[in-house]
Amino acid sequence: MVEDEGIQRYLAHAILWTGIAIVAFPVYLAFVASTQDNAVIANGQMSLLPGGHFLETYYQTIFVGTSGSTREPVGTMMLNSLIMSLLIAVGKIAISIISAYAIVYFRFPFRMTIFWLIFITLMLPVEVRIYPTYKIVADLHLLDSYAGLSLPLIASATATLLFRQFFMTVPDELLEASRIDGAGPFRFFWDTLLPLSRTNMAALFVILFILGWNQYLWPLLITTRDDMQTIQIGIRKMITTTDALTEWPIVMATAVLAMLPPVFVVVVMQKLFVRGLVETEK
Amino acid sequence: MQKQSIFQSRLLPYALVAPQLAVVLIFFYWPAAQAVVQSFLVQDAFGLSTTFVWFDNYRELLSQPDYFAAIVRTFVFSFAIAFSSLSFALLLAVMADKPLRGSTIYRTLLIWPYAVAPPVVGVLWVFMLNPSLGVVARGLRNMGVDWNPLLNGDQAALLIVLAAAWKQISYNFLFFLAGLQSIPRSVIEAAAIDGARPMRRFWTVIFPLLSPVIFFLLIVNIVYAFFDTFGIIDTMTRGGPAKATETLVYKVYSDGLLGGNLGSSAAQSVILMVIVILLTAVQFRFVERKVTY
Repeated sequence: MVEDEGIQRYLAHAILWTGIAIVAFPVYLAFVASTQDNAVIANGQMSLLPGGHFLETYYQTIFVGTSGSTREPVGTMMLNSLIMSLLIAVGKIAISIISAYAIVYFRFPFRMTIFWLIFITLMLPVEVRIYPTYKIVADLHLLDSYAGLSLPLIASATATLLFRQFFMTVPDELLEASRIDGAGPFRFFWDTLLPLSRTNMAALFVILFILGWNQYLWPLLITTRDDMQTIQIGIRKMITTTDALTEWPIVMATAVLAMLPPVFVVVVMQKLFVRGLVETEK
Repeated sequence: MQKQSIFQSRLLPYALVAPQLAVVLIFFYWPAAQAVVQSFLVQDAFGLSTTFVWFDNYRELLSQPDYFAAIVRTFVFSFAIAFSSLSFALLLAVMADKPLRGSTIYRTLLIWPYAVAPPVVGVLWVFMLNPSLGVVARGLRNMGVDWNPLLNGDQAALLIVLAAAWKQISYNFLFFLAGLQSIPRSVIEAAAIDGARPMRRFWTVIFPLLSPVIFFLLIVNIVYAFFDTFGIIDTMTRGGPAKATETLVYKVYSDGLLGGNLGSSAAQSVILMVIVILLTAVQFRFVERKVTY
């Protein structure tokens, strides 16, 4: 390569570690706070090293919840978040892959109209149409239900476009070969196309799971019952009370628990994550 | 646009697109259409009758100083978030692009904040900078800064921008790194042979070659600042103090909670839709022309 001076290299390492420190500090602080005593934190005397309350705080957070109220234990919230994000990820992939299959492998009247109808949804996030959508979900009696939490978020085109693009690159010979073997549209889809799409599906799943887990505004509107709350909603309700009453160790333990699943997915499935991110954005 | 080799069937393709079409029509087109229709109507005080009023709702909305201030604020936030996050991420990406030992570890340690949800980001930053118990706030006070975002609107706005930019670093870093790695080494080596020093090489060779990525990320960051900051704002400041951190999306939400004027709320939604459509249109025009992955 070009010059490769020692000083420059040290500088690069130093800048990168500074970046990592900036990125990690708030999270480290949250973890440290979750292991300390609330009274110490509330006095502003928090130490920067982990304290000794790790087990009791996390036990109380997951199984009991905050003490001063009727709030649910965070374990329930995590279960709600998990169900919602799985429904969004699996639902979106399932309905998108079959509609992309129809659009690429069949020729039928209104094919392009339908494609455009789906394509346009790419443009509008749920945030801009929250209240009308809320009204429809309420009219369908889906408030406080998993269907209400996930269905409006499934209505988007990214996955369909992705599968369409991928199907276009699948060689025609594959279809002809399986047709010679006597395969119909179901067999071809199940035995040939689906196995070929495995990596794409996995990459998409990783991204959609994270997006679903991190949803906030929509669940905030349509869940009224405490036992239907997702973890993102629960954490906000914990700091609603005045400063003095907030149980910071529990709030911070909840923050750590809320981060764990999606961060775990990003770190462990990094390749799929990067691939999914790049593909859904283009 | 389509395959040469296809299946023949009259009904099957419709059955296959039916689920997605149903979801899209019920949860996307129907509410979006209702918002548009509603924005042209005015309801009387008892909700008994509605009148068609053309653009009165929009005119009234745009003449409110509050709304106008929210528009300006949203754009200022967006550019501040985009600029700070993009420049920091670019610096990190340029460093990580060098042939260093442990570069994959650096990447892993820098990309995970993508997965942290906006409300959690808000909670983390509130805790750090809470005037009475935050660790960083304590440090600021020791340095003589009169830090109180609960009362000082400018400080609250700064807090939102910093927290929102922090979350977006990893996303920008990832795309910058990919962009940098796709620049052919030979181009950079040629510039080096011509005697260009690293700084000069960066501004005259690498930066221009990276411009499609920068432009793409700029749009993505603006859209992010418009919509995804809702969770950060709601957990940190709730739009306060005195509306100093109320963005357009937050205003739609809080006006809607108060109930009241349906027409005005619908008009707000429609204005947001138009902004997003414009941003997306710009992005698509550009993506088709220049970006090749």
